[in-house]
Amino acid sequence: MLEVLSYDFMQNALIAGILVSIASGIIGSLIVVNRMVFLAGGIAHTSYGGIGMAIYFGFPIFFGASLFAVLSAILMAYITLNQRDKIDTFVGLIWAVGMAIGIIFVDLTPGYNVDLMSYLFGSILAVSSDDITYISSLLGLIIFIMIFWYKQILAVSYDSVYASLRGINVKFFYTLILVLSALTVVIAIKVVGLILVIALLTIPVYIAEKLSSSLASMMIISGILSSIFTVIGLFVSYQFDITSGASIIMISALSLLIFLSILKIKKQLL
Amino acid sequence: MKNNILEIKNLSFAYLQQEVLQDINLEVAKDDFLAIIGPNGGGKSTLLKLILGLEKVKTGTIKISKNLGYVPQNTNININFPIKVIDVVLMGHKNETKVKGIKKYFKIGYTKDEKDCALASLKEVGMEKFADSKIGSLSGGQRQRVMVARALSAHPKILLLDEPTSSIDVEGQKQIYDLLKKLNKEITIIVVSHDISVILGYASKVAYINKKLVIHNGIEKDIIDRDNGHFCEVEMIQMLDQLKQKDCSC
Repeated sequence: MLEVLSYDFMQNALIAGILVSIASGIIGSLIVVNRMVFLAGGIAHTSYGGIGMAIYFGFPIFFGASLFAVLSAILMAYITLNQRDKIDTFVGLIWAVGMAIGIIFVDLTPGYNVDLMSYLFGSILAVSSDDITYISSLLGLIIFIMIFWYKQILAVSYDSVYASLRGINVKFFYTLILVLSALTVVIAIKVVGLILVIALLTIPVYIAEKLSSSLASMMIISGILSSIFTVIGLFVSYQFDITSGASIIMISALSLLIFLSILKIKKQLL
Repeated sequence: MKNNILEIKNLSFAYLQQEVLQDINLEVAKDDFLAIIGPNGGGKSTLLKLILGLEKVKTGTIKISKNLGYVPQNTNININFPIKVIDVVLMGHKNETKVKGIKKYFKIGYTKDEKDCALASLKEVGMEKFADSKIGSLSGGQRQRVMVARALSAHPKILLLDEPTSSIDVEGQKQIYDLLKKLNKEITIIVVSHDISVILGYASKVAYINKKLVIHNGIEKDIIDRDNGHFCEVEMIQMLDQLKQKDCSC
């Protein structure tokens, strides 16, 4: 089975998978503790608009998707901070409109032949070394921000009212968290596709939440778990010739199920 | 008066067309323990937000020491948040540093002084043993005391508490109020509460607020003792109305 490692595409897939898993462990933790799962779902689907435009105008897909995702993140941050009661309606709207824009542009593209499925369910086996450069610079940025602004991000996530009383710019950090989420969602789309991206961002976090006593340890544990699930998922997908995104998610979900069962049994025994 | 730590003059406030507060005047002296009571929708929370600066004052003035501590109402939200008690208390420190320039935006972690100060605050509220516990593993009363410690770590001159006992049991409530009484020797305490038993033996001054504000300096203790401190709010309001009429007639 190890002979698959000699293929370039498999090496790229493994490296990209692990890098994306670490990023999604960090950002997924922030998304879960800030209760932004629905917002992240909206951003993921909106980014399809950027994918469609990138295909139509012929610029890099990552660029188009990132641009759309970041714009929708800023819009959602603005709505959440100013019109909290209307957030459901607006996120639903942005979600659908983004998808619609994407579909229309893909339709308009002459001789369109890009595999739509690869954006919906991921295309980790098609990761290029340019993609890896992009993914690793984003991961670097995320780690840098977390090291220097951990205190502020923690304060805003735990109790935003108190943070603002203590002179922390809540709007800035809230928007920053959403923008980083948007960028992470885009690279995670490469691995598992936009349909499954929320599962990649949240399943490892649900397990880590039970095992950690600080946000930082939650991020680290999620990153490690996510990497393990991705690597196992990749080998399973190679072995049985199934879509990698789906097998990664199934491995994660199975692990969550086993973990929760063990937790329950332990509780009953005690 | 120089001794006043909080002065509110001719304060009115409205959300859109709805007037919530009307011509409020309030002076709080340094050693006061003020209870703000009143019905739901009477403007208690709005007044608190205005004092804290979470809402902008449009009509009237509020003068208050910059150095204030705040304990929010609902400490049961975010119970599952992965955070240790000590890290919650550390958040109370002001987000300011002596380092100037670009470096001040990139200060990593906390200094030893800040950690010692946070531990001292925890000790003050009797929670130092729980410094490394997860916040979610504490009881409601313990969590409330941690929130008081968080407010104390900024060394405030005045401490504002919003319904500090709304979600804790009777034993926990007594502990909180005894703690506040102890703290009142050093700092001014303002408690917004439904819980009339605050007034019994703890508050030195009561402000009843229902759009307008009426101040009472001390309540006739025997009336409250009669019911063992547990009265319903309606009775309290009736009693205060009687007092108000008395005030008017003289």
